[in-house]
Amino acid sequence: MDWSFITAHVPDFLAGAWVTLRFGLYGVACSAMLGLLCSLVLAYRVPVLRALVRAYVELSRNTPLLVQLFFLYAGLPRIGIRLSAEACAVVGLTFLGGGYMAEAFRSGLEAVDRTQREAGECIGLTLPQTVRYVVLPQAFATAAPAVFANMIFLIKETSMFSVLAMMDLMNVADTLRTSGGRTIEVLSMLVIAYVAILLPVSVLATLVERRMRYAGFGHQHSV
Amino acid sequence: MSTILQVRQIRKAFEHNPVLRDVSLELDEGQVLVVVGPSGCGKSTLLRCINGLEQIDGGEILLRGEVISGRRKNLHLVRQKIGMVFQSYDLFPHMRVMDNLMLGPVKALGKPKEQAREEALRMLARVGLADKAGVYPRTLSGGQRQRVALVRAMLMQPEILLLDEITAALDPEMVSEVLNVVLDLARDGMTMVIVTHEMRFAEAVADQVVFLEDGCVVERNPPEIFFHRPETDRAKHFLQSFDYAPRKRAAPPDTNTGEIQCAP
Repeated sequence: MDWSFITAHVPDFLAGAWVTLRFGLYGVACSAMLGLLCSLVLAYRVPVLRALVRAYVELSRNTPLLVQLFFLYAGLPRIGIRLSAEACAVVGLTFLGGGYMAEAFRSGLEAVDRTQREAGECIGLTLPQTVRYVVLPQAFATAAPAVFANMIFLIKETSMFSVLAMMDLMNVADTLRTSGGRTIEVLSMLVIAYVAILLPVSVLATLVERRMRYAGFGHQHSV
Repeated sequence: MSTILQVRQIRKAFEHNPVLRDVSLELDEGQVLVVVGPSGCGKSTLLRCINGLEQIDGGEILLRGEVISGRRKNLHLVRQKIGMVFQSYDLFPHMRVMDNLMLGPVKALGKPKEQAREEALRMLARVGLADKAGVYPRTLSGGQRQRVALVRAMLMQPEILLLDEITAALDPEMVSEVLNVVLDLARDGMTMVIVTHEMRFAEAVADQVVFLEDGCVVERNPPEIFFHRPETDRAKHFLQSFDYAPRKRAAPPDTNTGEIQCAP
């Protein structure tokens, strides 16, 4: 191990980690919002839109992120739509993540008893009010493990951003490895950097799941 | 007394399977109508049609002379006037009892929170659950949950309350604590339509009893006639199904007093 090489390049990895984390979180946030909207369309059987959402979910989940990014970055300019690398990164990750998040939230929505919705409507709430105050909080509790798994998966997928010439962790490591040849040092730092970003997310996921279980969220955990 | 609810010749089928064939009812303000009948006769469907959880296929339903059946946009405004309590309580498990009770009054009726809280506490005290405002429903017994569900429906100040077999899921010893609340509401003049299998309760609470079979009203009478001198054979037959003929046994020996001593 060449420790002087490692200490000399810590700032490079910090910069790369910042890109990975920042664009990863943008993608996660946008995916969650898109996925939630799609899941509501699926769970409440909105006519027409439902077919579109289904097609989108299948498309997003059954194509690799690499292909989606190439399409945005190299394909769209041919028809006159030119996006920056950063925009492509967020749009691409959102396109991929939206499909996964839609399925995660849908499973949560479907786990809430139909009678809960009826009970909400029977006290005079409108359907949107019932969804907001009665159904969604319970659906989130059930969907939480799947949503966190998707979050971790999506942040890892940011390693594809190097094809957009963005200096994320993967690209920083690649550049150093090919120019300096210190493969073991570079790859070790890369592994440590990813774990440092994702371990807190995993821990947070465990804490949230436990909290929801013991607060009595989700009827399947009734004591 | 003025007529509050009119059900006129309603029909309802699920997948070509008729559940309500031709049901007509009338209910005066302050009256309690009990609907009895064998399972699958359409009792629950009738209640669900009245508050619009199911769309009817024919006929009409009027609340104070205004048609409320059929497709309509502001169904939630109608439902605010028609409370309903289910067999399975259906409290919101992610909310404490007080939040369960305040949701409707605050969000649907737009009442100030403090007022809603005060009213909820008063009603909770009336059903003997004043100390349960801050707990989650899962910590309550079935009978307590159902009393909370009754309070939740009552806080919307409905014009009619629909009760759908609200004691059917309860352990026997909890039935009376719930039914006593209902009797109390009836004494206060609450207009109710009650579906139940508790015949003695039905007799105690009803002003009118309707016997439903195969999606039709077979008999309609005051409880003292229906339960003691039913006019139709089908009602007689139905009521007999609640009786058990005693087994023939040898006379017990005189020495047995029936008392059992616990071992010290």
